Amino acid sequence: MNDLNRQAIANYKNDFLREVEERVEDGDWVRMCMQCGVCAGSCPLGNAWEHTPQKLFMMIRAGKREEVLSSDSMWMCTSCYNCIVRCPRKLPITHIMHGLAHYAHKLNMAPKGQPTRDIAKLFWDNLVKTGRVNELKFSLAMYFKDGFMQGIRNALAMQAVGMGLVKAKRLNPMEILGGHKCKDQGGIHRMIAKARAIEAHKKG
Amino acid sequence: MTATIATNQTLLVVGGGISGMTAALEAAECGKQVILAERNATLGGRTALLYRYFPKMCHPTCGLEINLRRLKANRNLRVLTQAEVTAISGTRGNYTVTLKISPRYVNNNCTACGECAKVVETEIPDPYQYNLSQTHAAYLPHAMAYPQRYVLDPCIIGTPDADKAKAACKYGAIELDMQAETVELKVGAVIWATGWKPYDAAKIQPYGYDRFDNVITSVEFERLADPHGPTGGKLLRPSDGKEARNIAFIQCAGSRDENHLRHCSRICCMASLKQTQYVREAYGEEGRSTVYYIDIRSIDRLEDFYRKVQQDPTVKFIKSKVANIKLHEESSDLILHGVDTEGYHRYAEQHDLVVLAVGMEPESNGIQLPADMVADASGFLEGSADGGQFGAGAASSPLDVNRAVQSATAAALRAIQVVHKTSRPELVEGGAKS
Repeated sequence: MNDLNRQAIANYKNDFLREVEERVEDGDWVRMCMQCGVCAGSCPLGNAWEHTPQKLFMMIRAGKREEVLSSDSMWMCTSCYNCIVRCPRKLPITHIMHGLAHYAHKLNMAPKGQPTRDIAKLFWDNLVKTGRVNELKFSLAMYFKDGFMQGIRNALAMQAVGMGLVKAKRLNPMEILGGHKCKDQGGIHRMIAKARAIEAHKKG
Repeated sequence: MTATIATNQTLLVVGGGISGMTAALEAAECGKQVILAERNATLGGRTALLYRYFPKMCHPTCGLEINLRRLKANRNLRVLTQAEVTAISGTRGNYTVTLKISPRYVNNNCTACGECAKVVETEIPDPYQYNLSQTHAAYLPHAMAYPQRYVLDPCIIGTPDADKAKAACKYGAIELDMQAETVELKVGAVIWATGWKPYDAAKIQPYGYDRFDNVITSVEFERLADPHGPTGGKLLRPSDGKEARNIAFIQCAGSRDENHLRHCSRICCMASLKQTQYVREAYGEEGRSTVYYIDIRSIDRLEDFYRKVQQDPTVKFIKSKVANIKLHEESSDLILHGVDTEGYHRYAEQHDLVVLAVGMEPESNGIQLPADMVADASGFLEGSADGGQFGAGAASSPLDVNRAVQSATAAALRAIQVVHKTSRPELVEGGAKS
């Protein structure tokens, strides 16, 4: 259990709804849900989720902290926005799903090995260094995320695609040496640090 | 003519549905001079198009008949049909109202014998059946129509059909050269009883009202159940005329929805509960009604009716707002998709007819109203800022017939107060005071 999690538990005791309202992005909308079920029925991937948005909102109100934060479901959202468009109370459901996922990640309660989480993390780490995504390094990081041998196997399997991209000048093998950067890397880092500080100040 | 029938002691009631009739009658029976202006060719409004009332399951024709008798017996009340308010000026106690009266092409000689309808060949969609069927372009709006006179649709004027109608009339009732008139009235107070209209169901895209024949609205279902309706009271579905025995009712179709109507239309739950009993009436234990709902809002004593329907084994309740409707091609049935709230089960239920319990929207939406009229966020009318005009009935709030009548009576009382107050200064002027 990380410090943030310990502190949140101490702070909110059993009031998980309040915790979500105060700490999760757009979490203050959860209370507005009237349990009509249109989000669950409209979600194109709804049948693949264990907990639909409607159910997650009810679980939050019921104080099921552990189940909600360790749920796989909000990570499955593909941001198609069908739920937001259809919601009769205009809840920003897609954003709440991402807010919940992000909060669960920060508390380190999100499911281990959840592919969306892994990709998002790799993508972010790749991006913040130079302010530009290094696609070569990103793909390699993806291949090797489950160990060295699996990485070799993945790379071999994707060899033809990789060569095709190089030939079409869509992938530059020289990127491995550091790659292209944005002009003001220091500026990017300061911006992110500032955003983090604001977020920390605002929530908890 | 107008000068003698209206002074600033006269009340104008706009709209001749159940609320307008009530407001006009209550004021006239208090001795006030009242003018009742109705836009259509008959009084009765949407109430006359219902099959039965909840919760007693009695017929609207009964109450309508009583009101029409009161109306015929009252000398203080003057009814203008096909009359639309086009302008209103002045202030509380002293308004000048302009009315446009469209030609009926049928005068007072009409005995409603129906000979003209027999010879007129042109057919038009019947607005008194929510356009579910066609009617001849010379028609009596419905059996309870008041005035009990035929009307010619303007589309046949100048065609041989009109001449045939004139020739067929034995009473000289048809006047083809009748013109639209504009009249000006002085009135002291105005009651807006302009009523409601069903929300345009085609706007609720996932329910496919505009794509699927067998998705209909609750007001259309009333016409199907009515023996005077297009199917003679049989619940025949539009696509193939097959008897619909397994019927879905979808609540909050347009209501309580930020994308459509923000307000709860209040009557739709009771209307659907009532309509499940039409299905029982038609098929007994063989019928199947399924009500899809967010929550059932059967206000105050109407809860008893809900309890009764809950006991009915032919009625099933599913707590869920249906997400979307798909067509089952072979059978023209419909498949309702969604997730229920009691257990979060994903369902795909097949029904042979879907009835959308559409919300109530003010009929006055989209119509230019006097500048100082105050309306709520949904457009329901409260009244004018100067306190001389009032909203009544379903024009003022989504109300059932019972509550619309109460609201209309209240509006009549307020309007009477206005004309009393405006007459007082004259007395003071000529009297001992000050």
